[in-house]
Amino acid sequence: MSNISSIKTYNKELIEILRTAVEEWEREMRENNYRDRKDVFYTESGIPIKTVYTPLDVEDQNYFSKIGMPGQYPFTRGIHYNMYRGRVWTMREFSGYGTPEDTNRRFKYLISHGETGLSIAFDYPTLVGIDPDDPRAYGEVGVVGVSVPTVLDMEIIFKDIYMGDVTTNMTINPPAPVLLSFYVATARKQGVPDDKIGGTTQNDQLKEFIAQKSWVFPPQPALKIGVDLIEWSVKNLPKWNPISISGYHIYEAGATAVEELALTLADGIEYVREMIRRGHDVDSFAGRLSFFFASGVQVFEHVAKFRAARRMWAKIMKEWLGAKKKRSMWMRFHTQTSGVELTAVEPYNNIIRVVLQAMAAVLGGTQSLHTNAFDEALALPTDFSAKIALRTQQILAYESGIADTVDPLGGSYYIEWLTDRIEEEAWKIIDKIESMGGMINAIEKGYPQMLITESAYRKQRAIEELRKIVVGVNMFQSEPLEEEKRVPLLKIDEEKVRQQQIERIRRFRQDRDPAKWRSSLIELERAAMRNENLMPYIYNAVINRATLGEIMGALKNVYGEWSEPIIL
Amino acid sequence: MYIQEQTDVETRISLEKEVVAEEMRRRYKVIVAKLGLDGHDRGAKVVARALRDAGFEVVYTGIRQTPEMVVNTAIQEDADVIGISLLSGAHMALVPMVLKLLREKGAGDIKVVVGGTIPPDDAEKLKEMGVAEVFPPDTPLSYIIKKVRELAEERRRS
Repeated sequence: MSNISSIKTYNKELIEILRTAVEEWEREMRENNYRDRKDVFYTESGIPIKTVYTPLDVEDQNYFSKIGMPGQYPFTRGIHYNMYRGRVWTMREFSGYGTPEDTNRRFKYLISHGETGLSIAFDYPTLVGIDPDDPRAYGEVGVVGVSVPTVLDMEIIFKDIYMGDVTTNMTINPPAPVLLSFYVATARKQGVPDDKIGGTTQNDQLKEFIAQKSWVFPPQPALKIGVDLIEWSVKNLPKWNPISISGYHIYEAGATAVEELALTLADGIEYVREMIRRGHDVDSFAGRLSFFFASGVQVFEHVAKFRAARRMWAKIMKEWLGAKKKRSMWMRFHTQTSGVELTAVEPYNNIIRVVLQAMAAVLGGTQSLHTNAFDEALALPTDFSAKIALRTQQILAYESGIADTVDPLGGSYYIEWLTDRIEEEAWKIIDKIESMGGMINAIEKGYPQMLITESAYRKQRAIEELRKIVVGVNMFQSEPLEEEKRVPLLKIDEEKVRQQQIERIRRFRQDRDPAKWRSSLIELERAAMRNENLMPYIYNAVINRATLGEIMGALKNVYGEWSEPIIL
Repeated sequence: MYIQEQTDVETRISLEKEVVAEEMRRRYKVIVAKLGLDGHDRGAKVVARALRDAGFEVVYTGIRQTPEMVVNTAIQEDADVIGISLLSGAHMALVPMVLKLLREKGAGDIKVVVGGTIPPDDAEKLKEMGVAEVFPPDTPLSYIIKKVRELAEERRRS
């Protein structure tokens, strides 16, 4: 076993014969005047692609150190031994709009059509931690997601849905401790024991500064609050994933697949280090971390990205951060099909794009998946478009056969080569961030923001200059048919939703013990000044019927608000 | 970041030519603003940069701008055009407020264009209210540059 890593997958003799054969083949191709339709082929991350791949491209590769078996280090092929043969991925559609009642109805609709996990989309006021009666919430209540400013709203979302039977993702960041408290309080009220409360809070504070931009506090206190939530969940909620370290928004903001991967891992490293700094043994919490990536129509590049991601994280955890347990080295991740790759023109073409993106996620070994609806570039999904999105997953899982063996693309010369190349390029970015002193410093210097801005601009120029083809947009454009023009869209009566939510929060504020409510907020502020873990104080404020905006307001008194440097 | 360099050089050369030609006259000024709580700044930044590369003087406000903030910036900067980006669905509530404030402050001559996820029906309504152009997703940058230039010229003439 000692020199197992020095054994090459392909023997020397074969490689030598092949080298001659490939040279011969290249000559033959030239002699027969085969020409490519483009001068150079690139993946979207800019990696040049060869005509064909052979064992020569992976000749140095050692099977065990680079690929291995599923369920074993370095987990390139998957974190579980039998992957989807045991259980297919969780079908988790990100949804939520309007009032909590609207969202409760949509959740029941999705569950009745075979969805296996819930995921709450919040509206902008909730995402940035303000109440619906705040003047800045004007025009935004219930529009991009559901309005949840109080524990009562959470109770309505889960009316007649037993929270012990479902797991729920909450895409929420700076206010994550507040929304988790709403969730836990609601589950406890339903009689669900703490060890049955399952789900995920996105709670990835760093990527808010890099990409998603629903930041509230400056980076240091944001990280502190996020890590408070991790600490508290590890102790109190054995089935909760306290963080979903997210590349999705980074990709959507314009990063290449390589940059998405590198920046996400660099964020992950920062969270682990912060937990270690607080005195936690890495193996006591690392198994609870989860990740979130985008998948794109460029199927192979994304499959290679997912495979590289697992291998790199396993290495980071084992070799850099000292993890001993296998579970600590697992990269468990959720995937969402890329929204920016979908088009507003000829929207039905998006159904096909989503199939490709979803396939990339499944071939890449995702643990759960959200497929976008075809009307994504126009509005939030209707029941109809949401149903097609869910059916896409079900057809992949149960009809296509792609879930019947583990890592079916493993061993493809191209995929293995591309996995290596993506890994190599991603390490360069991670090394650069390390040399800047870690992610917080890099963010303050604007490095990841600059990378993304640059790539977004290059991608757009590539479309303009026809180096990147988008069917219906810059090639095969057509006059829209009536059916394409009249796509039925979900309409939200924001005025009505806002009035209802304002009325509800007013009644909610009247129905509380003012003395207890006030002291719970004062205690929270004091705890923040003493730099204690804030989760118990936030939970206590929630129980004493403080609203989202009030709790976030108390924290802003202590931490202030982030003001973003402009990077063009 | 390492997408092919070759074509970039070509692009840069062609852009530089445009810049030189443009600087012969007084440069047009555009405010690119993210209105409301929306954090999706990719489109706004790409458009801001494309306009800048095409010779416009561009002021990008950053995210979370209120209608008041946008209008004040536009007046202070004596902008020719305001480009508003919204992917949050709040356009029907917030864009009319910008138009109203501009009129109230005697700056109704500043042209307003809107980009983002604006459904076709809403685009029509916004134009009726006084928005000069709506650029839905997939609009080519070259088209945006052309339209913004025309609008800026129109304002200077009036």
